[in-house]
This record gives sequence, structure tokens and C-alpha cells, in this order.
Amino acid sequence: MAITRSDVAKVASLARLELSNVELDTMTRDLQGIVGFISSLDELDTSGVEPLAHPLGTQNVFREDIPTDSLSLSEALQSAPRHDGKYFLVPAVLGETGSA
Amino acid sequence: MHPGDMSACEIAGAVARGDISAFECTQAALSRIDRLNGSINAFLHIDAEGAIASARSIDSRRARGESLGPLAGVPIAIKDVLCTRNVPTTCASKMLKDFRPPYDAFVVERLRTSDAVIVGKTNMDEFAMGGSNENSAFGPVRNPWDLSRAPGGSSGGSAACVAAGMSPIALGSDTGGSIRQPAGLCGITGLKPTYGRVSRRGLIAFASSLDQVGPMARSAADCALVLETIAGHDPGDSTSLKADVPPYSRLLEESLAGVRIGRVAAHFTEGLNPEVARAVDEAFAVFRAAGATIHDIEMPHARWGVPTYYLVAPCEASSNLARYDGVHFGHRTDTAQILASHAADRTQKNNIDSDQADSTLVEMYRKSRAEGFGSEVKRRIMLGTYALSAGYYDAYYLKALKVRRLIRQDYLNAFEKVDLIGGPVSATAAFPLGEKTGDPLSMYLVDLYTVTANLAGVGGISFPCGLSASGLPLGFQLQSPALAEPLLLRAADRFQRITDWHQRRPHLEGTLQQP
Amino acid sequence: MMMAAASQPTTSATTDVLPYTIVIGLEVHVQLLTRTKLFCGCSTAFGAAPNTQTCPVCLGLPGSLPVMNHEAFILAVRAAKALSCRIAEFTKWDRKHYFYPDLPKGYQISQFDLPFSSDGKLLVCDSKGRFAPRTVGIVRVHLEEDAGKSIHDESTGCADSRIDLNRTGVPLMEIVTQPDLRSPQEARAWLNELKLLLVYLKVSDCNMQEGSLRVDANINLHIPLPDGRIAKTPIVEIKNVNSFRSVERALLYEASRQWDEFNHTHAEIGSSPKQTRGWDDPAGVTRAQRHKEESSDYRYFPEPDLVPVTVSETELSLMTSAQGETPALLRSRLESQWSISAYDADVLVNQGIAFVGYFERLATILSDGKSASNWMQQDVMRMLNENTVAIESFPVRAEGLAALIAQVSSGAFDTSRARDIFSEMVKTGRSAAEVAASMGIADVGDDELMSLCRELVACNPKIVADVKGGKEQAAAGLLGQAKKKNPNVNPGKVRQLCLELIRAM
Repeated sequence: MAITRSDVAKVASLARLELSNVELDTMTRDLQGIVGFISSLDELDTSGVEPLAHPLGTQNVFREDIPTDSLSLSEALQSAPRHDGKYFLVPAVLGETGSA
Repeated sequence: MHPGDMSACEIAGAVARGDISAFECTQAALSRIDRLNGSINAFLHIDAEGAIASARSIDSRRARGESLGPLAGVPIAIKDVLCTRNVPTTCASKMLKDFRPPYDAFVVERLRTSDAVIVGKTNMDEFAMGGSNENSAFGPVRNPWDLSRAPGGSSGGSAACVAAGMSPIALGSDTGGSIRQPAGLCGITGLKPTYGRVSRRGLIAFASSLDQVGPMARSAADCALVLETIAGHDPGDSTSLKADVPPYSRLLEESLAGVRIGRVAAHFTEGLNPEVARAVDEAFAVFRAAGATIHDIEMPHARWGVPTYYLVAPCEASSNLARYDGVHFGHRTDTAQILASHAADRTQKNNIDSDQADSTLVEMYRKSRAEGFGSEVKRRIMLGTYALSAGYYDAYYLKALKVRRLIRQDYLNAFEKVDLIGGPVSATAAFPLGEKTGDPLSMYLVDLYTVTANLAGVGGISFPCGLSASGLPLGFQLQSPALAEPLLLRAADRFQRITDWHQRRPHLEGTLQQP
Repeated sequence: MMMAAASQPTTSATTDVLPYTIVIGLEVHVQLLTRTKLFCGCSTAFGAAPNTQTCPVCLGLPGSLPVMNHEAFILAVRAAKALSCRIAEFTKWDRKHYFYPDLPKGYQISQFDLPFSSDGKLLVCDSKGRFAPRTVGIVRVHLEEDAGKSIHDESTGCADSRIDLNRTGVPLMEIVTQPDLRSPQEARAWLNELKLLLVYLKVSDCNMQEGSLRVDANINLHIPLPDGRIAKTPIVEIKNVNSFRSVERALLYEASRQWDEFNHTHAEIGSSPKQTRGWDDPAGVTRAQRHKEESSDYRYFPEPDLVPVTVSETELSLMTSAQGETPALLRSRLESQWSISAYDADVLVNQGIAFVGYFERLATILSDGKSASNWMQQDVMRMLNENTVAIESFPVRAEGLAALIAQVSSGAFDTSRARDIFSEMVKTGRSAAEVAASMGIADVGDDELMSLCRELVACNPKIVADVKGGKEQAAAGLLGQAKKKNPNVNPGKVRQLCLELIRAM
């Protein structure tokens, strides 16, 4: 299943990346090549193989419910492109909520 | 000896004895950085002030008779992927051009308490994505052995820095070979520890299940000294291993008699440069002479390593880089322009669309990310987003995780027969800048020999084993079972007691005349 | 989580008056009662100044890493066990991706395909019998982190939105039910039962005003058609509902809206994607929210920064050993142990665990559950309401109230006199005896009582004649006079004594 220019445009929208028309062409060509290469994995039979998400199989890591120091307000905001000394500021978001 | 030519072990000993001051060592490093960095571009940020302050503090504490840390006075360069408190940390990205973290990475905390002197932050491929250091938003690093060539990547700045003697040690990070490959191409020693051996807290994530911090130095002995400092359990990293940290630098003495080293025949078939093949086989001969035995082994799934890696890593990267949206930190596009163009639209259409406000935000995201990220980062975000999107997960990501298990199983099987696996680290010596930039796939293949160790989570080290006809360093790689760093370091150190490849230096003064 | 499409047969005993069956499923988000956030040590306390409870982890700063709060996991497991869920032996965390300014990492750490628990149920009964007992299946319970808060100034339209990340990373438990509820009333009652359970288990304070409990409701109608087929209307998810009463109202509104819409459009499930509607409480209507196709592609994948959790039987029993009694178990125990009605047990349990504790101390001292239950429901509850005080800080201890009730039983005071005393005890914090003394309430001696009764009989020949003529109730006329002469007399004793005197005449 070859990846099309419109697939790429949809993915760019999902990834919140603005691509110019020229970039869209280049990206489509690049991804076609890479996806073709990656699809060589199809040659390998992996039926019955459990996926491996964590290389070393560590489990059950917890911390105790003990408060630690938070950052100061100025440290919390120091990297923000825009803030008012109390809040991070973004262009107005109306109506829509993020998600559940 | 000029402090710039001393090893970390020598400097730490000399400073502790009072033979040399931390200040002198720091000055020596800084002046060499000052002289060379313009040509090599290894540093993105030089913290002369901070370095001198810590050197003076070390010297005055020594003068008061206080005990010093194990890296006292040793200049160290930190890859700019590691957070340093209130010191710029950019990941070589325009996205983080002005980012100053409010905290130190775990390894940076450890270096500070061990009295290492942090001289600056090194250049790299943007967000550690690349194998040549040409993906830096702040210009490529040049290989000290030949300024027209790439140093490898992504830890190219750290590798070049050590190769050029700007600091005896540096920290790198390795997701698919990013310590070992540039170490190999720059003629230095680089260790990728077992996944979880070194905390990732404060390491800006590229691919979380593959990333690992490690030392880069001129010798395995120096790597051992640094690993002793930075390894260990961190309750702030859920994937950090709880295993004790052995005194690596004191476990180098034992001989290699009886150590079994595996050799994978498939490494020597296609694509491996004959010069590299010869140097690698000569290295095997050195190990045999040192008492090790060499055994043919098979890694039947290794050939799937690169495609597997280029699914796992971009998928995780697309997620890890979602946070760079211009809201809480990082680059934000000029929103006034968006608002102005919307205002113009509104006047034209003479209506107020309720979607307008939201689309300003979405447009801010799209533009901020488009402006902040370079093309390779965008490519990987796109690839990962595509592979994780609805309908493709099973075909790509899940498939890759299954192959990942097969690759790990190859290692587990191999390590029943041998103690270490040897082989090339790269198929060629350092390649010219610009040679692979037009073709992403050819760049991806530079990770051929290194990615499988990251997929399996095992340790790996690369060190110089020869020079090409044109005088470029060639590297050898050893890989070990999880947590077998003592053996990995001992084998590399033994090799360096027998050979002197690691002592070869680039002829910098000559090449510096070039533009 | 998406609700499974309602697929149960539409046999319902309770909605036979309606031409359709209402099918409701709920998604409830509950904040767990931990001191710190799910993945970092920042405080979860409500009401702090904006962005003062944040750190690199919950700000999503580059290089930060999450570490799971053990207490959050234990609380969640405790709740899931009490909801009769199966606890997974192996569970993991996943990243759910979407871009929003209150989600600093660009993904929420949640659980996708392997939640820590699933397949539970919770029964709800109505003690007033308004609906038949209903067992609501629970699809899954999982753990996730909360997002921050966006503050929009809608008046100006184009102003900036302000983002506060204090809430970001607060531990939430999401409970997803089967579409088993059949009326808005049931939904409200079930939510009450769930809240009671979680509060009893000390898993959450379920404070809706502070956002500790949030409800989304999924609803559609199953409509029998003349041809025997059953039409199902498109499922609607109702969001932004801020109280259980509003849940009930919103569902009532939405059921009738869907019925109207079906009669116009005949649109059935599958003809359009699931719609999200927001509840506008003041207006009393639900309104369609904009639907974004791409935002539903969450690109879940296993969170590589957190490791999986395995739970053995031993660990499970350790985690749930500290678990308190569930409200359902408590109700049946109170009923049998104290011989009170199911209704009484329900009222007591609904008042909360401290109230039940008070009741049981009182009942134990009195060795009388019925009397204790009556006093709790009438007098204690009235005093709590009048004084807007919680039972935990009620000034009269069970022992003090028991002493008062004992004196009523012994005939020292009548009930109305005892109520006056109780009220004064609550006000002053003094004992029954002290209050009685200060109010001049004293036991009237037998001689004094006898002479009073003789006087009454002598002065009221008409009443005496009536009684003798067989109208014993006429004696009541004597009691009012007795109270006037001596407010401390026990009316019961006066009545008994006077009747004896009249009979002897």
C-alpha cells in the first residue's frame, strides 16, 4: 500500500506540521521510499511472536506518595513563549474541549 | 605534559595530588576550544565562566584539605541533548534555541558532585536524529581528521571535541549508534551502556526505549572512570536498573584468557569497505593473541535491525516531540501575523466564523513546529505519526515490536555461546560532508551495525582499530550481554594496552589552515 | 473511551409508559485521594495559585520522566475490587495523543488495551421502590492523568486563553459502564451509589465542585417499530454535567430530544458518527459540540517511560486488606444486626460512614437499634441540618445522647421535653443532666405527683364523669392542666395515676 500525497497531507495535519506544496512533494517521495524499505519486514513471519516494547522487562516501578518541591512560579514560566506572570498564554481557545 | 593531552585518569590523579590545578586544566581546555571550535563547530555553547568558577572552587577546596570527587578538575563536554540547569540546552534545534532548563539531568548532577568541570554543550544532529551531524540547526560539525568530512552522528560534536583534544571526555547519547558510530569515525572510544544502566532523566528524549547516555573518551579506561560516576539507579527514571555499580576502572586488570568473542560472518559480506574489513579482522587477531577465542556466530535477524529501528524510533519520536508545540516552552511562531491574516479574512468574508479562534491555535501549532523543526526531524515525526495512525499500527509498529523480540532473542542465543560479539562499527571511514544528505535512506544505513544493540538493550563499545589509506580512523565494535560493562571495558582496555590506535591524533594544525 | 453500542434486548419493566426504551451508559472520572500527582511529587491540593504546583514532569519539560505513584495504583485497585472487577495480572500504560494547550506533553498517559481492571458491576436499589434493583455492568476501570485548565475569556472573543497546569498529572480513575441503565432516574441513583462507595473506601472525596468527580453520559433510544423491528437512535455523549441532578435533567432532555428527532428524521445508529453534546444547565438544553474527525486518531502506543505492572494474588490481598465495608454490605449488616428496616439502613448509610459510626455506638449503648435509628434519622439529622455541622464535629457524643434517651425510656422525661434538652445540649455542649438541671427540669416525686392528681380529679367533675361513662380519652384534658401546674410532670404518669383515681371513686 503506497503512501499517497493526500495521506501525507493528512498525517501532516495530525502531526500539526505545516508543509508547503514543495515540501509535501518531497515528503511524499521520501516517505514512499522509507515505507517501502520498512515494509521489507513483511517478508519475515512473526506469527506467534510476542511484541517487545521494553528491552529489559523491568516491571512494577513505583514511588511513594510523598510530596516533593514544586518549581517556583517564575521557574515554571521561564521557558514560556508568552505568559502574564501567572498563566501561560495562548491564542484564544473557544468551545472545543481537548478530550476526556 | 600539556593538560590538553592528558587522559581523564591522569588529570584527576594530578589534580588530587596537587601536581596541577583544576584551573590550569580548565584553561587549557578552554583555550584549545577557543582556537579550534571555529573550524570544527563542536560546541553550541561554551560555558567558560561556569567552568572557571567550578575549577576555582575545586582548587580552593583542595587547598582547604577537603576531599575531591573522582573526576576532580577533568574538563568534560556535554552533548546538548542533556539538560543543564539555566544553561542553554537546544538539542541543536531552532525549536529549543532559547531553552534554559530549570533542572540538571541526573548525569549532570552526578558529574557536578564528582567535581568534573563542564566546559560546554556539544553540537549534534537535531534531536539526535542523524548519522553525520549535518542535521544540526546550527551548522555541521567537521571531522578533526579531515575537515571536509562528517564526524558521524548524532553525537558528532562530542566525538570531534574529544578527538581534537578540546576536552578529554564528553557525554554522548546513543539511540541507534549515536555514540559508537561517531566515536569510530573520529578515532575515539565510545561506550553505549546497557539500557537502564544510566538514568535518562534530563536526557531529552528521542526514542525512549532505545536512548542511553554514555561516555566518549580517548580510551576505555577513561570511559570506565566516567561510567563509574554516571551509572546507577535513579528513582526518577522508571526504566533505570537497580543493579549495583561495579568499580569499572578497577576491574580492567584481568587478562582475556578464555574470553569467547563471537564473529558474525554476515557482517563481512555486503557493503563493508575492504579497508574496514581488514582492520576489523586484524583486531580479532589482536584479541586472539591476547588469549580470547573467536567463534563464528549467527545473528539471523540482524538484517532486519535497520527497518525495525526506523519504525520503533520514529514512532516514539513522533510522540516525544509532540510537546514542542510553542505553548509552554520552545519556539512559537509570530501569532500576531496569524491573527492579522485572520482579521483580514474576516473583513473580506464579513462574518465571524466560530472556528476562527480555534484555527488560530491550530495554525500556531502547525507554523511553530514547521519553523522550529528541521527536515530530518519532520521526516521522522511524519513517519512515526503515519505508522501509529489508525489502521497502520498492527502492520508497522506492532510488527516492528515482534521483530524486536526476535532480534533480542538472537542476542540471548548468541550470549549462550560467547561472552562478547565483535565486528565493525561502520561500513566505511568518515564520509564527505554532503555525501548522504540528499538521500535519507542511505543515511539510515550508517546505523547498520549499531541499531541492534539498542533494540536488544545490550551494551556496546567502539574504539579505533586502524587507519584507512587516506589516514582516517577505523573503528571496532564489541557488544556484551546486559550489564556486562566490566568485561566490555576490560576487553577494549586490553586492546588499547596492546595497540596504539587510540593514541593517534589528527594533524589539526595543518588542516586548520583550510577554510 | 468509546462506549460500546447498546446491544441489549430492550425488555424493561420500568419504561412501559414510554414508546421507547432509554439506554444509558456512563463514563465517570474520579480523582484519587492521593497527596501527590500520578507521576510526580507535586501536590494535588485544590485551590493553589495558578502554576504553583508544577515541576518539569507535569509541565512536560524536555527530558522529564514519569514515575508511578504507588498509592494511586492501590486506591484504584481497591475501588475496582469493590466494583467486583477482575484485576489484570499484567497491566501497562499507553500514550494517547492530541494537541491541546492544557496537555503539555501532547499526549495523555492513560491505559488503552490492557487496563488494570475490567468486567465489574455495581448494583443500585431504590429504597423507595421507584425502580427495580439494577445491576450495572462495568466495562473497565483504568488509571490516567488529568489535564490542566484552560481559562477562556469568551466576552472579548479574541483575547488570550490562560493556562493553569496545577491539575496536570492529577491521578484520575476512569470508570466505564455497560449501557445498562434504563432511565435518567436510575442513572442519578447509580451515580449516588458509586459516589457513596468511593467515599466509603476513601478512594476519592468525589467533590464535583472541585472537579474530583466528572460524568459523561451516553444515551440513545431503542424504539419498537410497527413491523417488529427495533430502531436505535444515534448515540449521543453528553459532556459538561456538573451535578448528579444535572445528569438526570440532561438525560431527560436528551431522551425527549432524540424521540422528537427520530420522529422527524428516522435517523438510526450508524448513520452518523457519535455526537457530543454539551449540557447547558441554565438553559436546560443540550447543544451539539463541534466534531473534529482527526482528533479522534489518538495514536495510542505503549508508554516507553513507564514499565508494566504485574499483580499477584498476594499483593492483591495486601492492597485490599485495608479496604473498608462497602455501602451495600453495610446496609445488609445494619439491617440484620440492629433489626432495622431496609429503608432505615439505606437512610443511615447514605449519610456517610461517620454517621453510621455514631449510630452504631448509640445502638450499642442502648442495645436498641430501632430507637437509635429513629433518633439518628429524626433528631440528629435535624440538628445537623439546623446547625450546618458535620457529624464528625457534632458536639454531643453518642454516649451523651444515649444517656438522654435512657431517661426518656425510664420515663424521666417525655419525648418532647427530651428534644428541648437535646437542642440545648447541642447548643451548649453540656450533658443531659446539666441541661435538665439548668432548665429546672427535675423528676417529680411520687407524693407530689399523687397530690397533684388528686387535685385535678377533684376540680374536674365533668371529665371524671366522661371517663366513668367509658370515654377514657377525656383524661387528656387533665394533662394540659397538669403541665401548667408543674411543667416537669411526666404526662404518661399523670394520665395513668388519674385514671386509677377515677376508677377507684
